Amino acid sequence: MSINPWALSIRDLSKTYTNQFTALKGISLDVAPGDFFALLGPNGAGKSTTISIVSSLVKKTTGTVSIFGCDIDKDFSLAKQNIGVVPQEFNFNLFEKVEDIVANQGGYYGMPKALAYQRAEKYLTRLGLWDKKNQQARTLSGGMKRRLMIARALVHEPRLLILDEPTAGVDIELRRSMWDFLKEINDQGTTIILTTHYLEEAEMLCRNIAIINQGEIVENTSMKTLLKQVDKETLVFDTRQIHPQLPQLPDYMLRVVDDYSFEVVIKKGQSLNPLFTACTAQNIEIISMRNKVNRLEELFVSLVQEHKKEQNHKDEASI
Amino acid sequence: MNAQQQLIAFNTIVRKEVRRFTRIWVQTLLPPAITMTLYFVIFGHLIGSRIGQIHGFDYIAFVVPGLVMMAVINNAYANVVSSFYSAKFTKSIEELQVSPTPNSIILWGYVMGGVLRGLAVGIIVTALSLVFTRLNIAHLEVTLLVVVLTSVLFSIAGLINAIYANSFDDISVVPTFILTPLTYFGGVFYSIDMLPTVWQWVSAFNPILYMVNVFRYGILGVSDVPVAPALCGIVLFTVFLYGYCWYLLEKSGKLRS
Repeated sequence: MSINPWALSIRDLSKTYTNQFTALKGISLDVAPGDFFALLGPNGAGKSTTISIVSSLVKKTTGTVSIFGCDIDKDFSLAKQNIGVVPQEFNFNLFEKVEDIVANQGGYYGMPKALAYQRAEKYLTRLGLWDKKNQQARTLSGGMKRRLMIARALVHEPRLLILDEPTAGVDIELRRSMWDFLKEINDQGTTIILTTHYLEEAEMLCRNIAIINQGEIVENTSMKTLLKQVDKETLVFDTRQIHPQLPQLPDYMLRVVDDYSFEVVIKKGQSLNPLFTACTAQNIEIISMRNKVNRLEELFVSLVQEHKKEQNHKDEASI
Repeated sequence: MNAQQQLIAFNTIVRKEVRRFTRIWVQTLLPPAITMTLYFVIFGHLIGSRIGQIHGFDYIAFVVPGLVMMAVINNAYANVVSSFYSAKFTKSIEELQVSPTPNSIILWGYVMGGVLRGLAVGIIVTALSLVFTRLNIAHLEVTLLVVVLTSVLFSIAGLINAIYANSFDDISVVPTFILTPLTYFGGVFYSIDMLPTVWQWVSAFNPILYMVNVFRYGILGVSDVPVAPALCGIVLFTVFLYGYCWYLLEKSGKLRS
C-alpha cells in the first residue's frame, strides 16, 4: 500500500472492449477523502465503465486505479474492503429475503454472521426497510429496491461509496429522503461518488465534479468554479393578466412563451430592474419568476456540445 | 482477506446455496425421488424380476447403486449450473465480484452447494430403494469416497458449463445431449460384460462407467472395472477440471469483460 492522499486516484485509465469500442481514452481523476463528487456525462460517455473498472467488474486495458492508496491490482483485497458500489441496475437475487441479501454481502467481506445481521438491521432500519426484512426482494417497489442496494453496499461500512444513478426512477419524496441520507453519511466521513442524470441533484449534493464525454474528461473542478462559468441564463416570467405586448428593451432578448408568460436571456450580473420598470410602465404584473433550466444543466449541455464539435473538427482534420 | 474471513465467505456462499435448493425443494429434491421410485418399480421390480441375476445379485439390487449415482450426478451438476447461471443472468454474481472473496472461494462455495444437493438426493434415493431391496454396504469408505468425488467432479463441470453459458438453452444442452447418454451407457442398467467386445471397448472411454462401478463395488462388492485405478482416474479428472475452472474464473475474462 502506497502513501496516497486520495480516496480514489485514477491514472491514464483506458478501456477498449473486444468489439474494438473504446469506452475510455486514458482518463485521470482524483477524488479527495470526504468529498461528495459528481461524475456526469451523457449516456455512453464512459461513467459506468469507469465505475465497473473501479469495482473490478470490468478489466481495464491500461492505467492504474487506487482506492485510499490501495492499488486494485496489487492490493486487491484491501482496495475492495474500502469500496461499496450501488450499481445502476438491480443486481440481487429477487427470490432472496431482504435481510439475507444485505447480511450475505457482509459475509462476502468476511464479517461474522452475527455482525453481518446486526449491520443489516442497522442499515435496513436507516433506509426504512426493516419492516420488509422477511419479504422476498421481488415484492419490493422500485424505490425500495434502490434503497436495498444502498443498504447492501454499506454493510461493510466502506470509506468510499460509489452510486451509479441511485435515484433513477425514484419519486421526488423518496429522492429527497435519499439525498438526506447520503448527506448524513458523507458528513460522517464517507467519501461519495455519484453519477446522475438529475443535474439538480449533483448541484445540490456535490462539492466537486467531473464531466466525461466520449471517454474523455471534459471538465474536472469544484462545483462552485464550474457554476461561475455560467455566463447567461434564461428566466421565465409569469404574468397575472394576458400581456398584450412585451416591452422593447435593447439589452434584453424577450420571447413570448404563451399568453401568460415570457422568457428573457440575461447575461451574468446583468440587472433586472430596467425590465421590471418597463413591465410596470406597460401594466404587466409579474407574479413569479424561475430559471428555465437548471444552471448546471445549461453548462453541462454546452460543455458536451463543445467537446463534440472539437472531436468532429479533429476527426475531419485527420481525414 | 485472511483465512478466517475466507472461511466466513465460503460458509456464506454454501449457506445461500443450501437455502436456495431447500427453498425450492419441489423442483430440486422431490423430482429425483419420484423419478427414481419409478425406475425402481418399472426396471427393478416389474422388468427386473424377469431378467434374473447379474453378478450374483437380483436385478433390482444391481441397478440401485447405478440409479443412486445417476441421481447424484444429475443433481450436483444441475444445482451448480442453474444457480451460477441464474446469478450471471440476474447479475447477482456481482455481489461476489465486487467483494474481496477470492475466486477459489467462490468456486468451492458453489461446488460445495452442488455436492450437498447431490448427497441429499443420494440419501433420499438410497432410502427409497430400501423399500424395494436390501442393501448391505460392502465397503463404506469406498462408497463415501466415490460419491463425494463424483459430486465434486460434476459440480465443477456444472460450474464450467455455467461460466460458458450465454442463455438458458446453453445450460440444458450438456445435461441433455452429453450427460444423459453417458449416464445411460455408463453401466447403470447393465454389466459391460453383457456388451459385444467393441462396445465394451467404447464404454471404457465413458468416465461415468468408472464412477458407477466403483460405487457399485462400494455397495455390492462387485465391479466391471478395477477399483483403485478407477478411483485414481476420478481424482485426476477432478483435479484437471478444478484447474480449468479456476483458470476460467481467474484468468480467462469469461466473467469480467
